[in-house]
Amino acid sequence: MKKWPISKIALTVILFACGIIFLLPFIWMISTSLKVEQDVFKFPIEWIPSQFNGEANYKKVWLGDYPFYLYYWNTIKVTILTTFTSVLVSSMAAYGFTKVNFRGNNFLFLIVLATFMVPQQSIIVPQFLLMREIKLFDTHLGLVLLGSFSVLGTFMLRQFFMSINNEFIEAARIDGAGHARIFLNVTMPMIRPAIATYGILRFIWTWNDYQNPLIFLRTDKYYTLQLAMNKFSDTYGQFYSLTMAAAVSAIIPLLIVFLIGQKQVIEGIALGGVKG
Amino acid sequence: MESVIAINQQDQVQRRKRRLRENIAGWIFVGPMFIGTALFTLLPILASVLISFTDWSLIQGIDGIRFVGLDNFVDLTKDQTFITSFQNNFILMLAIPITMAISLLLGIAINSGVFFKDFFKIIYFMPYISSVVGVAIVFQVLFHPSLGPINQFLINIGIDNPPKWLADIHYSLPSVMLILIWTQIGFNMIIYIAGLQNIPKDLYEAASIDGANAWQKFRNITLPLVSSTSFFLLVTGVVYSFKVFDLIAVLTAGGPAHSSSVMVYYLYDVAFTNLKTGYASAIAMVLFLCVLVITVLQWIGQRKWVNY
Repeated sequence: MKKWPISKIALTVILFACGIIFLLPFIWMISTSLKVEQDVFKFPIEWIPSQFNGEANYKKVWLGDYPFYLYYWNTIKVTILTTFTSVLVSSMAAYGFTKVNFRGNNFLFLIVLATFMVPQQSIIVPQFLLMREIKLFDTHLGLVLLGSFSVLGTFMLRQFFMSINNEFIEAARIDGAGHARIFLNVTMPMIRPAIATYGILRFIWTWNDYQNPLIFLRTDKYYTLQLAMNKFSDTYGQFYSLTMAAAVSAIIPLLIVFLIGQKQVIEGIALGGVKG
Repeated sequence: MESVIAINQQDQVQRRKRRLRENIAGWIFVGPMFIGTALFTLLPILASVLISFTDWSLIQGIDGIRFVGLDNFVDLTKDQTFITSFQNNFILMLAIPITMAISLLLGIAINSGVFFKDFFKIIYFMPYISSVVGVAIVFQVLFHPSLGPINQFLINIGIDNPPKWLADIHYSLPSVMLILIWTQIGFNMIIYIAGLQNIPKDLYEAASIDGANAWQKFRNITLPLVSSTSFFLLVTGVVYSFKVFDLIAVLTAGGPAHSSSVMVYYLYDVAFTNLKTGYASAIAMVLFLCVLVITVLQWIGQRKWVNY
C-alpha cells in the first residue's frame, strides 16, 4: 500500500476540488448575504460583491421586524438547558442501569429500550395534547422537557459506564462513599470525554431542531432561531440578500461550535454511530 | 449458640438494609429517565393507538370523541394524497445507496493517506451539522427556476430547457433527494472511515503479493469487510428517511400538488392544519409500523447479511 507522493498529491488536489464544489452552496450564501439586491442573480456569479451591502443586510436581520438577537437568546437558553438536563438525566440513568444492583433494573431497561425505535412524529399529536394539558404548550420549559429524556444518550453513556471497572466502585464503597458520591466524584471524571461528545451532539441537535419549536411554540417572542429563520424568509422571501444574511446567521455560529469541538463530534459519531 | 444466631440475625438485618438502600439508590438514579420516558413516550404511544380509532379533532373537547373502529385506516387506502406520500417515502430511499456509494468512495480516498486528512473530514461533514432550515432556504434560491444560479449555469452550458426543480412535480422529489444526499454524505463517510480503519493492513499487503489490482482488492477485501458498516448505514438511512420532516416542510411544503409530500409531512398537515386528530393518528400508526417492520428486518438481516 505504499503510495508514491505524486499520487498522494494528486488525490489531495482532487479531494480539495471536490470539497470546494461541495461547499459552493455555503460560499454562495455568504457572498450573497453581502450584496445589494440587484446583484444577487448576476451571471456570471460575482463571488466577491462589487457593491458591498453586508452591514445594512445584517442590521435588518438582527435589529429589524424579526430581531435575531432575541431569537438567539431564546435558542441559547433552550439549547443549554436541554443539553444540561439531558446529559444529567441520561448519565444518571446510565449509571443506575450499569452500576446499581436494584430490583427491576432489567425490566426498566427493557422498557426504555423498547421506546428507542418509536419515531417522534408518530406520537407528536398526543405530546401536543399533553403539553396543552399540563400548561406547558408555548413555553420554553415544555421544549426543554421534550428534549431531555433521550434514550439515545442513555445508551451511548451506558456503553462508557459499562467500561468502567467495578473495582473502582468497590474500592470507593469500602471507603464509605454512597452512590451519589461515587457517581459524581469517581465515575463522572472517568467518562468526561463521553459526556463532552454527547453534550456537543445534543447541543447541535437541539440548536438545529425545527419540528418541536414549530409545533410547541406559538408566540413570536418565544421563537427559536430555526423557526424565526423560516418566518423571516416567508416575509422577506423576495429579498434574497436579506434571506441569505438570515441563513448565514442561522448556520455559521453552529459551524463554529462544531469546528471547536470537531474532534469530539467526529469521534463520537464514529464510535457510537449515533444519529439524531 | 445463642450469640451466633444473634449475630446471624444482625447480619441479615444489615444485609436487608443494604439491599433496600441499593434499591432506593437505583430508583433515584433511573427514576428521572423512566418518568420522562413514561410521560413523554409511553403514554403518548397508548394515546396515539386509541385516538387512531376515533373521529376526533383536538379543538373539540374530550366528549367529542367518537370511536369509529377501522374507518380511518380504510379511508387512508382511498386517500390519494396519503398514497402519494407513502410511495414518496419509498422513492426517497433511493437516495440511500447513492449516498453510501459516494461516502464509501470519499472514505477510501481520505483513508488512503492524503494530506490534511482531518481537514477533509471537516469539510465533507459540514452540511450534516448545518441547520436544515438554513440549508433549505439557500437551496430554494439556488434552485430558482428562471433566475437561480444552477439554472443560469445550465443554460450557459447550452441546456435550453433546464428542469424547474422545486416548482416541477416531476423534479421536486429528486431535488429533495439531491439535498438529502448532500447533507448525509458527511455522516456516512465518518462511519465508513471508522469501518475502514478496522481492516487489517496486512490483508492488502498479502493481496498485493498475490498480484491483485486495486479493483480486485476493493471488490474482495474492502467491500466484504465493511459490510457490517454498510448494513448499519442502510438501516439507519432507511429509518431516517421516514423521519425527514424539516427539509420538506421548509423547502416545498410537500408541493407542488403533493408531489414531494411524505408521510410525516402529510401527518403534520392533517394534524395541525386540517386539525383531523383521529385521522392523523392513523397515519402515525402506519409510520410506526413501517419503522417497526424495518427494525425487525434488521434483527433478522444482521445475522444473514453481514460477513464474519
